[in-house]
Amino acid sequence: MRKSSIFISFILGCTLTLGLAFLDALFQKAGDLPLLRQEIKVVETLQLTDFCLATEARHTRHPSQSDWHSPFQSHPGALDHFPSGAIIQPPERIIKGHELPR
Amino acid sequence: MSYLVNKQRNILDFALSSLLRRKGKNLALVAVYTLVVFALASVMFFAAALKKEASLVLSATPELIVQKMVAGRHDLIPMSYAEKIRKIRGVTAVEGRLWGYYYDPLVRANYTLLVNEKTALPEKTIAVGAGIARVRSAYRGSTMNFSSYEGKPMLFQVRGILSQESELLSADLILLSATDFRRLFGVPEDYATDLTVQVRNKKEVATVAAKIQQMLPDTRPILRDEIIRTYEAVFDWRAGIVIVVLLGALLAFLIFAWDKAAGLSAEERREIGILKAIGWETSDVLQLKFWEGLTVSLTAFLLGTIFAYVHVFLAAAPLFATVIKGWSILYPNFRLTPFLNVFQIAVLFFFTVVPYTVATIIPSWRAATIDPDQVMRT
Repeated sequence: MRKSSIFISFILGCTLTLGLAFLDALFQKAGDLPLLRQEIKVVETLQLTDFCLATEARHTRHPSQSDWHSPFQSHPGALDHFPSGAIIQPPERIIKGHELPR
Repeated sequence: MSYLVNKQRNILDFALSSLLRRKGKNLALVAVYTLVVFALASVMFFAAALKKEASLVLSATPELIVQKMVAGRHDLIPMSYAEKIRKIRGVTAVEGRLWGYYYDPLVRANYTLLVNEKTALPEKTIAVGAGIARVRSAYRGSTMNFSSYEGKPMLFQVRGILSQESELLSADLILLSATDFRRLFGVPEDYATDLTVQVRNKKEVATVAAKIQQMLPDTRPILRDEIIRTYEAVFDWRAGIVIVVLLGALLAFLIFAWDKAAGLSAEERREIGILKAIGWETSDVLQLKFWEGLTVSLTAFLLGTIFAYVHVFLAAAPLFATVIKGWSILYPNFRLTPFLNVFQIAVLFFFTVVPYTVATIIPSWRAATIDPDQVMRT
């Protein structure tokens, strides 16, 4: 068998797998609709505001409800020492109010 | 037509043989390249799915929340503020929310305690999130002990476990009655954690928020749109250390790939010289290099994207979990709904396959336009 035939078959196989991933995404999305509706209901009933992504600090558990000072709350001049604080971005609303003058 | 196809297949055969001659080097390149595409695609898929799910699910969050601020920190809000807000034209309802955090030294985890009037739990009973049930081995009918603000023990019976399907929202939640909440934390009767405001006309929410801030300057209104926008930017590229590390790895790969693709080795230059000497056209040499570049980059792109899909949507992103978890003991077991679109794949393709393929052609073109005799002698 020619090398090019093996390679083309490999690429076609990979493309097909990627296509199957799209198909899987479509099916999963359709299957998850009742679940999403249930999540919306939970948010509505319990009046929730945030996803439970990281529970270690209040500014990562409820980023939308936190204030600018909560990551640096330990003492004046303290740094945010929670690892998840390094990847969860503060809300735009908070950043706007504390941007350094340029 | 068949002549053209045959020619390209012959060139591809030659390109593959040429790549296999330097098997170790090229396999290492494909492996590193795949890893970079995998990391980029995983971040892209995870952030996009989370963003989409947030915009759908959080569309039901309260449309306006009012917090009281004291010395830059969120403080308890007096219920008398609710009366003042209720008088603003367009406001239909104002309710106090009671919620807070509790650190459980037994498992060293933080819980979110929340009062919900609609679930109407009897006193001394709680409903716990699936995450808490897991770490505390709690079940319907079991008991959990808490320490009140005065240091007195308070025993609660678990009346229900919140559904596992909504763990992304409720893994660390504990629902309890308002009386128990106030007794546990010492919150006075006429105070709440914050207020939720309902406005008749959705277009007037921002105006009502401005009026509240004007009337009660020590408060901070938070709009529903702002909550949704928070999640649109939650893993923004500016977010911090992890992105810096990822950027470092990306730059290292760029240097590696550029060196590999752009700087031809003496052996490769001689190969081009020989090909030209035996009658290959410059365009043939360029096509050969194009196929070599495409073989490497397309393989890495397809493998990296497939692995990223499996990682994020089928295996529930275990690599991200370790990063997001941080110091949390309680971490939700959640599976994101895959919101995948062709645009995401196209962007990924454009930023990973095109630059590498182009980078391989330019130095080859330079070598291919020089006299073969001169190329072979250098």
